[in-house]
Amino acid sequence: MDPLVRLILAQGMLGLNNGVFYAMLSLGLAIIFGLLNVVNFAHGALYMTGAFVALILYSYFGIWIGMSWLHIGFWPALVLAPIIVGCFGMLMERFMLRWLYGLDPIYSLLLTFGVTLVLQGLFINFFNASGTPYPGQPESLRGVVNLGFMMFPKYRLFVIVFSIVVCLAVWFVIERTRIGAMLRAGTENPDLVKAFGINVPRMITLTFGFGSGLAGLAGVLAAPIYSVSPLMGADLIIIIFAVVVIGGMGSIMGAVATGIALGLIEGVTKVFYAPAANTVIFFLMVVVLLVRPAGLFGRTR
Amino acid sequence: MSQTMEQTTTAAATPLLKISDLHAWYGESHILHGINLELAEGQLITLLGRNGAGRTTTLRAIMGMVDRRTGSIQIRGQEFIAKPAHRIAPLGRIGYCPEERGIFASLTVGENLMLPPAVGEGGMSLDEIFEMFPNLRDVRNRMGTRLSGGEQQMLALARILRTGARLLLLDEITEGLAPVIVKAMGTAIRKLKERGYTIVLVEQNFRFAAPLADRHYIIEHGTVIDRIEASEVGSSMDRLNHYLSV
Repeated sequence: MDPLVRLILAQGMLGLNNGVFYAMLSLGLAIIFGLLNVVNFAHGALYMTGAFVALILYSYFGIWIGMSWLHIGFWPALVLAPIIVGCFGMLMERFMLRWLYGLDPIYSLLLTFGVTLVLQGLFINFFNASGTPYPGQPESLRGVVNLGFMMFPKYRLFVIVFSIVVCLAVWFVIERTRIGAMLRAGTENPDLVKAFGINVPRMITLTFGFGSGLAGLAGVLAAPIYSVSPLMGADLIIIIFAVVVIGGMGSIMGAVATGIALGLIEGVTKVFYAPAANTVIFFLMVVVLLVRPAGLFGRTR
Repeated sequence: MSQTMEQTTTAAATPLLKISDLHAWYGESHILHGINLELAEGQLITLLGRNGAGRTTTLRAIMGMVDRRTGSIQIRGQEFIAKPAHRIAPLGRIGYCPEERGIFASLTVGENLMLPPAVGEGGMSLDEIFEMFPNLRDVRNRMGTRLSGGEQQMLALARILRTGARLLLLDEITEGLAPVIVKAMGTAIRKLKERGYTIVLVEQNFRFAAPLADRHYIIEHGTVIDRIEASEVGSSMDRLNHYLSV
C-alpha cells in the first residue's frame, strides 16, 4: 500500500476515534439545546465527572468502604457512571436551571459555566490536576487488531463501534419513536404540547438527565484512553461547541455527522500539516458561520 | 333584552363549562378583564369579536397557556383555575385546536395525529377519522407542514378527536381556507355536534358560525359585552354588524 494512503488511513482512524467523542458529546448538547434552549457549558464537566466516577469506582470506592480488594470495573462503570451523572444532571435542571427559563439564555450559560468551575475545583482539590491513569480497562479489550494498514488498539476500535451504535440508537429513538415525537414536538412548541396533557417539565428534566448521561458515558469510554483529569472536559468543550456551531444547533443527525467528520478532518490534517490540526476545526467554524450561520444541518428559527 | 328567558333556559342544564370573572395576563399586559360565559353539555357557543379582543386568549387561559390567570374556570363542577397546564386537558377531557393550527413541522402527519395522549374513553378510531377527513389517509407519512392549509386544519382537528376529548376549543378553524374547505369544516362540526361534543368556537366568519351555534358571545377589550341566543340572531343583526364591523 502506498505509504501516504497508509498514513492517511491511520490518522483517519485516530481521527475517527476522537470524532466519536465529539459526536457523542455534541449529540447530548444538541438534544439539551433543542428542548431547553440552554447552552450547557457544563457538558464537558459532566464528561469529566463520568470519567472520574469510573476511576473512583475502580480505584477508590473499595478503599472508602473498607473493602480495599473491591474494584468495580469498566463494564459496571459503563452502566453506573451515566446513571450517576444523569441523576446529577436532573438535580441541576430541577433545582438550578428551572429558575432561569424565563430569562435570557445567557443566564443559564453562566450558571452552567459556574457549575463547571465548581466541579473542576472539587476534583482538582481531591485528585491530581495533571491526570490519573485509569487502570480498569477490561482484559478482553487489551491488545491490538491488525487493520491491514495499521495495528489499532482493540479498545479504541471498541469505542468507535460502541459510540456509533449509541449515536444511531439515540437518533432512532428521537426520530422514529413516540417518545422522540414528543421530544421534537416539545422542542417546537412546548406550550401546545403541555396543552395536550403531556408533562413537559418532567420531560425537560428527563431530557437533561439523558443528555448529561450521554456525557457521562463518553467520560467512561474516554477514561482508559486519556488519563482522567479534572480539566479533560474543559479542553474538549471548546471543540464540542465548534462542532455544534458547524453542525447547527439542535440538529441530532447534524451533531453526530459533524462530530465524526471533524474528527476525521482533524486526523487527516495531521498528515499534511500537523501544526494546523488543532485549529482546522475553528477555521471551519469561521467559514461556516460566514456562509451558513445556522450551521450545515441547522434550520433558521 | 331577554335576559330572564336566557337564564331560565341555561339554568335547566348544569353547565359543562362555567367561566366566571376570568382575568389573564401575558407578562405585565392585562388581557382578559373578567370573562363570564357558560355552556351545557352538547352545546356549541361562539366567541365573536374583533382581532385582539381577547377571544384567543380566553381559550388559551382555559388551557393554562397564559402567564397568569385569576377568577374561576369550572368544568363539570371542578375548579381548574389553579391546575398546571399539562393536567388541564386530561382532567377536563378537553381537546384544543390552536390558532395557526399548531401542526408540528418536525413530525410526520401520522406522528402529529398520534401525539396527543388519550384523555378519556371513546376517542375516534383512525378509521372514523379518515372517514370524516378522507384527505388525511393518503398523506400519513408526509411531514406535517407539507400539507395544504385545509389538510393542516383537518389534521389539527383530527388529532384531538382521537384522544377522547368531549369539550373542544377550536380557534379560527376557517381562517384562510378556501370556501369549499370551509364548507367541509362546517359539515364536520355539525357531525361532531350530533355526536354530542361540546364546542367553543372562536370565529371571525359569522356566516360559518351562525347556523352551528346555540349562543354567541361578543367579546371586546377582554370582556363579554353581549350574548345573543341563536333564536335572536335574526332580530339582532344590526347589533351584530355593529360589533363585528371593522
